Amino acid sequence: MSVPEVLLAAEDIRVELGGVAVLELPSFALHESEVLSVVGPNGSGKSTLLLTLACLLRPSAGHISYRGNVLVSHDAVFRFRRRISMVFQEPLLFDTTVYKNVASGLRIRGLSRNETRDRVAKYLKCFHCEHLAQRSARKLSGGESQRISLARAFAVEPEILLLDEPFSALDPPTRHSLMHDLEAMVRETKTTTIMVTHLESEALSMSSRILVLNEGRVVQTGTPSQVMSRPSNQFVARFVGMENILEGRVISRERDGLSVAVSGRVLHSAGDAQPDEIIECCIRPENVTIDNPDAAGAGNTNRFSGTVTHIYSSGPFVKVSLDCGFHLTALVTREAFSDLRLSEGTQVSASFRPSSVHVIRRSKAELERLKS
Amino acid sequence: MDLIAEGLRKAFELIVSMDREVLGITWLSLKVSGIATLISVGIGISLGMIIALTSFPGKKIVISAINTGMGLPPVVVGLFVTVFLWRNGPFGFLDLLYTPSAMIIAQVIIATPIVMGLSVAALQNLPPKLRLQILSLGATRWQMVWIMIREARLPFMAAVMAGFGGVISEIGASIMVGGNIRGYSRVLTTATVMETGRGNFDVAFALSIILLLLVFSVNYLFTMIQQRERPR
Repeated sequence: MSVPEVLLAAEDIRVELGGVAVLELPSFALHESEVLSVVGPNGSGKSTLLLTLACLLRPSAGHISYRGNVLVSHDAVFRFRRRISMVFQEPLLFDTTVYKNVASGLRIRGLSRNETRDRVAKYLKCFHCEHLAQRSARKLSGGESQRISLARAFAVEPEILLLDEPFSALDPPTRHSLMHDLEAMVRETKTTTIMVTHLESEALSMSSRILVLNEGRVVQTGTPSQVMSRPSNQFVARFVGMENILEGRVISRERDGLSVAVSGRVLHSAGDAQPDEIIECCIRPENVTIDNPDAAGAGNTNRFSGTVTHIYSSGPFVKVSLDCGFHLTALVTREAFSDLRLSEGTQVSASFRPSSVHVIRRSKAELERLKS
Repeated sequence: MDLIAEGLRKAFELIVSMDREVLGITWLSLKVSGIATLISVGIGISLGMIIALTSFPGKKIVISAINTGMGLPPVVVGLFVTVFLWRNGPFGFLDLLYTPSAMIIAQVIIATPIVMGLSVAALQNLPPKLRLQILSLGATRWQMVWIMIREARLPFMAAVMAGFGGVISEIGASIMVGGNIRGYSRVLTTATVMETGRGNFDVAFALSIILLLLVFSVNYLFTMIQQRERPR
């Protein structure tokens, strides 16, 4: 199988604002047809990264290349911008009709009237907005405006589509519907896409790779399952929803995993580390099962008795905090919650599989810091 | 009341009879203020765009200075232009004092800060990322500027109207640098002041009504252009 061509690359990028580095990117590569999600907390440099890659923000150091050609001259940058398309959090529609908005990128490129008409009709249809063509863009709802913004971006048939949190201002049903249409379009057109988002669900649903940013630096990059189930450090673990991060010491290393001492209790993990090493054991709350204390175990090797300390509502689920000698959070369905008759102070049994315990080993720098 | 009724009657008579002198004064008013507005729109919008779309040290001070310039007293402008164009002044060799050209210069100085100040405000009022959105659609710099102007066309036209309104109705500078010379540099405002001073209220009324009609017609035209192509 041939490796897809690197479409966009960046090397030694440093972006400063007011003398402070807001983005440092030693290397970056985006392959053809790849869908990359950039996630991170507010102020982590996600939008700066996108603007820099779109050559809309000049870095103080480093360079960007497109298909191997370094984008230095004004002409090269201009030609590159004609191959990309960008959608911002705000729809940023022009004060004219929907038709003219979708046609704007094509008119800028000097396409013929007939070709423009055909393309506009095609992409309005793709985003189910044909009926809005002659409507003023100022009189659309938030969801409709963002649909038009997406149609405008797709109409120029870009090689790279850049999306800067396009759905974050929308209500959940509208966001879900637009996300569905966007996914279908990206899949159908095989457009190479970079999407900035702070929503885990958006990142998971359509990306082939996730890049996690924090304080202007890439902290992890990998497939969605890698990032979600095997975060590289505590920050990523917390960001991707691993609420249970337990510090422990490796007691022994066996063929099928580790035995780890955590607050005087022993838990088993399928991960790898050296005996006596201090590690972090990360468990997703949805992987923790709660039973009555007298219920028979289901072959899980990690089973602890504990007391319910707090109960929180979490949409269709209920989050239950437990004191098992260490703090543990479990996510249970509302049905399971009422079946178990849980309340604060209830004695329960919590279990999770060793394969659900992801081990984070301390980096050399961290160990050095602790030693000093 | 008789005075007002007589004034209105006289105004109607002068307009209907197409009095040559009144027509001449009206045409000169329109020409001087129209050219001055055109020049100030060219300077004001261009510099306004540069100021609004770029970052430089002292930008706030520059914008404050422009905003101060929006309230520039015409007599002060008239005084400075007179001194500069005076026979012994720095531009005395141009021999422009007491000519319509001098009136245009003074009116450009009055209107430019108005157009520039309102243009800066118009552009700063657009979404901050609009410029990036336009560039990401593949626009050249000139295409970007044109789209930005189109997006801010309502406040831009308001800026043009404010500029024109400011100069067509001013009198201090026009009378100082134009001299109110009959058949040469007499405009509607200077003629109105002169006729009022002479006690010819009917003629002054007539000239005022013509001035109002002129301002209304020009603003109506601008409003039509402003509202054109706005989708429903």
